[in-house]
Amino acid sequence: MEPLSLAFRERAARALHDPVLATAMQRLERGWQAARARAAADLPEFEALRDAAVAIKDHVLANLDLYLEEFERRFTAAGGVIHWARDAAEARAIILDICRRAKARTVTKSKSMVAEEIGLNAYLEAQGLRVIETDLGEYIIQLAGDVPSHLVGPAVHMTRERIAELFAKAHGGPPKQDSAALVAEARQVLRQRYLEADVGITGANFLIAETGSIVTVTNEGNAELTQGLPKVHIALTGIEKIVPTVAEAFVFLRLLARSATGQEFSAYTTFLTGPKREDERDGPQEMHLVLLDNGRSRMLGGPFREMLRCIRCGACMNHCPVYLAAGGHAYGWVYVGPMGSVLTPHFVGIDKSWPLPNASTFCGRCEEVCPVRIPLPKLMRLWREEAHKRGLAPPAARVGLTLWAFFARRPALYRLATRLAMAALGALGRRRGRFSRLPFASGWTVSREFPAPQGPTFTAQWRAARGAKG
Amino acid sequence: MADSPRVALFVTCLVDLFRPSVGWAAVALLEAAGCRVEVPEPQVCCGQPAFNSGDRRTTEDLARQLIPALEPFDYVVAPSGSCAGMLRRHFPELFEGDPAWSARARAVAAKSFELVSFLVEVRGMRVPPGRFSGRVTYHDSCSGLRELGIKDQPRRLLRAMSGLELIEMEGCEVCCGFGGTFCVKYPEISTKMVDDKAARAEASGAELLLAGDLGCLMNIAGRLARRGSNMQVRHVAEVLAGRLDAPPIAQSRG
Ligand code: SF4
Repeated sequence: MEPLSLAFRERAARALHDPVLATAMQRLERGWQAARARAAADLPEFEALRDAAVAIKDHVLANLDLYLEEFERRFTAAGGVIHWARDAAEARAIILDICRRAKARTVTKSKSMVAEEIGLNAYLEAQGLRVIETDLGEYIIQLAGDVPSHLVGPAVHMTRERIAELFAKAHGGPPKQDSAALVAEARQVLRQRYLEADVGITGANFLIAETGSIVTVTNEGNAELTQGLPKVHIALTGIEKIVPTVAEAFVFLRLLARSATGQEFSAYTTFLTGPKREDERDGPQEMHLVLLDNGRSRMLGGPFREMLRCIRCGACMNHCPVYLAAGGHAYGWVYVGPMGSVLTPHFVGIDKSWPLPNASTFCGRCEEVCPVRIPLPKLMRLWREEAHKRGLAPPAARVGLTLWAFFARRPALYRLATRLAMAALGALGRRRGRFSRLPFASGWTVSREFPAPQGPTFTAQWRAARGAKG
Repeated sequence: MADSPRVALFVTCLVDLFRPSVGWAAVALLEAAGCRVEVPEPQVCCGQPAFNSGDRRTTEDLARQLIPALEPFDYVVAPSGSCAGMLRRHFPELFEGDPAWSARARAVAAKSFELVSFLVEVRGMRVPPGRFSGRVTYHDSCSGLRELGIKDQPRRLLRAMSGLELIEMEGCEVCCGFGGTFCVKYPEISTKMVDDKAARAEASGAELLLAGDLGCLMNIAGRLARRGSNMQVRHVAEVLAGRLDAPPIAQSRG
């Protein structure tokens, strides 16, 4: 997917006029945000779990090579085949090759952000494969030719009416009116597709080193059908998804659903260890795991390491006032919200995405709710430093900052200049106490009055009243 | 020191330039709490505009300019959660791994406080000197709330004022959309955020909105005024000190 993040401001401005989006975002705020607060309050050890999760992740990241090797040994011993992919192109080629060898024509897919990251669907379709998304949200997005706007709910931006229209067009028949009928219709259609599929592609929420298992989490059970029914199962995920033990996986499972949607546990959680064995009735004959680096090992060795703790719960966006105003599509690439503002520059380059880490008030709510306590504002600030070094900010902002810094470094001059400026502004604004328009401040006055200064500065008053010494 | 500490008032650039009455209110409160107040020079700005724009060099230079001025004092107090957060949290971060400056930055950070939390936690203030009657609502500014844990302290002092009724508005912890340079870099999103804030403030039924950060206050007052609201906006220190002679933010005398 070609990044459109440079146009963040314009895309966000347009989104602000979209009443459908506004309703959807309100649903998120009143729904998932409130549900997460309740879930966190209902679990006395919630904060302790968060601390434990941070410790586990940090430990794994410090020893990632060892855990990946251990995982590979167990996974292979259980009969799985592991593939290491350095970048998106390699991962796509590996997956295509497996599909070709399986003589696949139809591929079912459960939700995978890593698949979005590598642009898998478009690639496989261009190679003549039929790809069917089985997560309801992803299925809707696919029908609409759209892209996800949220990590957990890819179609949160859509109304029921729009979905009914899409379904009627794709499946025939009159548009259904209620949600239950729509879900039933999707189930009906997808059931057939599961049976037709030659290959099933899933993501993996966790990889367990001690058992070589992969863990998938869904609310629809579609990952189970995607991985269990076709002959060949391909799981695709990033190398950072390792946890050492089953017990530790549960720390994350307890946090994930609560942080994402306020559920105590996701509806379906599956631990999968190897393909179908002799004595088993169900399961794929082949099980592949594509482990993607795509810049993750670089992140591991640098100042962004903490970002690799992310478990893709979406809490940061559910609580982000900027995301809730702008919607996911404004971000212009796969990952959105605060976590997207940190990740996107890694994948597409800061020169193609610098507006994202700048589009934050640093209000800190994302960090406050992130189950693994990722310091998202700090990481966004690191990207701002990188953008500043490369001179990527818009000219007006750079000139303003340079001018301000010139005075701020010269306190005596600053005193003099501000005294004169405030005296003048104060006199001009005295009658109304505010300005409706000011040169150089149109970004403010377009929607706000600008409060007039009282006149003499505090430091000048203090000096006059209490002497120069202070 | 215990009975009469020497306090450096870091007045913050916005208060210095736009609303000196907040500085005087802070002086009154600190003196009521038994402090000897001084305003050391040079103090210009804590450096946040540069810090948040990714200009690390200017930030460090400004910090090196400010730290020596603050070092001689028992405490440094700022009428702003955001600037106090910069001193407390980010100054040490800036000089991590710099042997000459990191200890100095940490020492200044350890004695730097936001005004209201300083009054309550360090000086044990229970009842503020000011008088006020009316219905007020309190906006939790982000840095104060999340970097410094300021939530209860201002409310405790406000509730101790007889005649003052504190009404919580919906979403008092949600950002007002100021965000320093954010409000002019992304005016559309910022407007949406401050408009939501203004609407919720009006819906609370309070006559006066208070907060501890002038940036947020100017933003909210500016939006309320543009909406044609007659809700008043002030810094919490003005009410706590009972210094209400200056007209509310973005309003004129009379
Ligand atoms: S950054 Fe934190 S809150 Fe956001 S998706 Fe990742 S784990 Fe969840």
